[in-house]
Amino acid sequence: MKVSVAPERRAQLRALGLVAPLLIFIGVTFIAPLATMLTRSVHDPVVADALPETLALLEAWDGTGTPPEAVYAAAARELERATAERTVGQVAGRVNRVQGGLRSVVTGTARDLGDIGQGPWREAMTAIDEAWADPATWHAIRTTGERFTARHYLNAVDLQRLPDGSVASQPEERRIYLRLFLRTLMVSGVITLLCLLLGYPIAHLIARAPPHRANLLLVLVLVPFWTSLLVRTTAWIVLLQTQGVLNDILVAMGLVSDDGRLAMVYNMTGTIVAMTHVLLPFMVLPLYSVMRGIPATHMNAAASLGATPLQAFLRVYWPQSLPGVGAGALLVFILAIGYYITPALVGGSDGQLISNMIAYHMQTSLNWGLAAALGGVLLAGVLVLYALYDRLVGVERMGLG
Amino acid sequence: MTAATRPGPGRMAYLAFCTLVFVFLVAPILVIVPLSFNAEPYFTFTEGMLRLDPDAWSLRWYREIIENEAWTGSLVNSMVIGVSATVIATVLGTLAALGLANPAVPARRAIMGILISPMVTPVIIAAAGMFFFYSGLGLGQTHLGIILAHAALGVPFVVVTVTATLAAYDPNLTRAAASLGAGPWTTFRRVQFPLIAPGVISGALFAFAVSFDEVVVVLFMGGVDQRTIPRQMWSGIREQISPAILAVATFLIAFAALLLLTVEWLRRRGRA
Repeated sequence: MKVSVAPERRAQLRALGLVAPLLIFIGVTFIAPLATMLTRSVHDPVVADALPETLALLEAWDGTGTPPEAVYAAAARELERATAERTVGQVAGRVNRVQGGLRSVVTGTARDLGDIGQGPWREAMTAIDEAWADPATWHAIRTTGERFTARHYLNAVDLQRLPDGSVASQPEERRIYLRLFLRTLMVSGVITLLCLLLGYPIAHLIARAPPHRANLLLVLVLVPFWTSLLVRTTAWIVLLQTQGVLNDILVAMGLVSDDGRLAMVYNMTGTIVAMTHVLLPFMVLPLYSVMRGIPATHMNAAASLGATPLQAFLRVYWPQSLPGVGAGALLVFILAIGYYITPALVGGSDGQLISNMIAYHMQTSLNWGLAAALGGVLLAGVLVLYALYDRLVGVERMGLG
Repeated sequence: MTAATRPGPGRMAYLAFCTLVFVFLVAPILVIVPLSFNAEPYFTFTEGMLRLDPDAWSLRWYREIIENEAWTGSLVNSMVIGVSATVIATVLGTLAALGLANPAVPARRAIMGILISPMVTPVIIAAAGMFFFYSGLGLGQTHLGIILAHAALGVPFVVVTVTATLAAYDPNLTRAAASLGAGPWTTFRRVQFPLIAPGVISGALFAFAVSFDEVVVVLFMGGVDQRTIPRQMWSGIREQISPAILAVATFLIAFAALLLLTVEWLRRRGRA
């Protein structure tokens, strides 16, 4: 017994030794960046670092009326220091996201405070801007002062924390993210269904074709799979735009007047058509690999037992093809909900998905905490689907057919 | 079986539908090719093109991209980044797949899940995280940063392809080689690797295609010096859309066809 354990152990160690370099590589180049990103969704020290004393004194404030003079004095001192350290802009930006309009209040006050040498600071600051007499301003500062915070996640699902500490919905006009998540799920669902509708028959055709023809037809499926995503997206712009090929054909055929050219791109239609095209191979390949294993004799047997073709399909073929349907649909859905490039290029304003909103907050609004929280919610959804895929199909059989 | 009998209306409808789906898959890509020879700066067929008037067709957009340093520079960047990322992903991915082929590896399923995760993680989240993390390491706006990022994104394809090839490998061959006196390295080099080579090369081509087509990471992490072909196309589509894009696209289509045929050829060889 002892003799056989040792080589076994050695083989196991050697196998782990082979896996370790890649595991470390992925850990450093991929998992660590994701972790950094997710940390940002709950950790935001800018205001806490800039206004430590103000925040400590605000702890004692009950949230009604204006805070005591000591808070104003500390705020005045620390805002001046933040101006000198050039962090006041970041502080103002964060406070502004909780309470609109406070950006200029904070930066303006910080600038003007330099000319005022002494207190009382409550009067001085209120004289610069009346907003300092408003409890909402101090509430905003206290909220952004949390070093570890749930506010980005609350924000990502259209919630906010009220001054009394309770959690409530965002005001109507700021409730956009849940709707966007919902839209992303619905659009992904529609695309998955379209892919199934288009992909099932051709996967069946390829699975039943004689080998040399099956190979040729598979190549037709693989051409878009290998063609650059940007090329495919460009192709849809060329085809669908108002002065594009499809509209030209419709006008030439007299189906559409020259002034009535259809808007098929830079909107949701463009996103759905282009994404269906991009993701269709991911549906066809798993379907095909399952269907190839369904013996043709089963359908003949069903027919010889008196089943109509429809009955035979529904009771014999479809149930056997379900693993392929599940694998393809899950894969397409997972890829669709995180899609960025195609909606960004052909989606116009109403064809944008959650990934595009994350990019917006990363690059334009620079609200990185919120971008990270939206990413965190999206990632959680994808991971659940990924775990489901692993249970049903196994991740090592991912996508390539 | 249906060849002898005349296909019924149901089967005709089915075949017609399938034909339309194949047209949907391939036609949009093929339309690009003739349009790239348009003499006019339009994205549609001019009347002259339809009449096959030679003056309506031209190579002007090809001349434009060849003479434009932004495009030629981006080709160099794409090749340098793509080849480097592929080498890293292929070497590490193949080693890991060899290790994972041993059923005794603890937590095999979890490890596999981690190694394949770059394939399903929404790339915008990965790119945003990489932007923060790599900048912190001083790798923002460097070739090395993008190469490492692309290698990570290409790894799952290598692991999946090589694992699939290894599943068809007969472990008795390793034992046979060992019994004939070959050491582990000789066995790998002379017996195992030649048999799994088609899978390794397919995996490498997949990894290269991933990098060669990747734009989001480059958008977030790359500077002017790291512009790749997809990045260049991205600005072309967003800013000043010109048929030069179609010329580049045609080049990429030809390239994709080449990759596809190579992989298919390898797959058939691997099976034989």
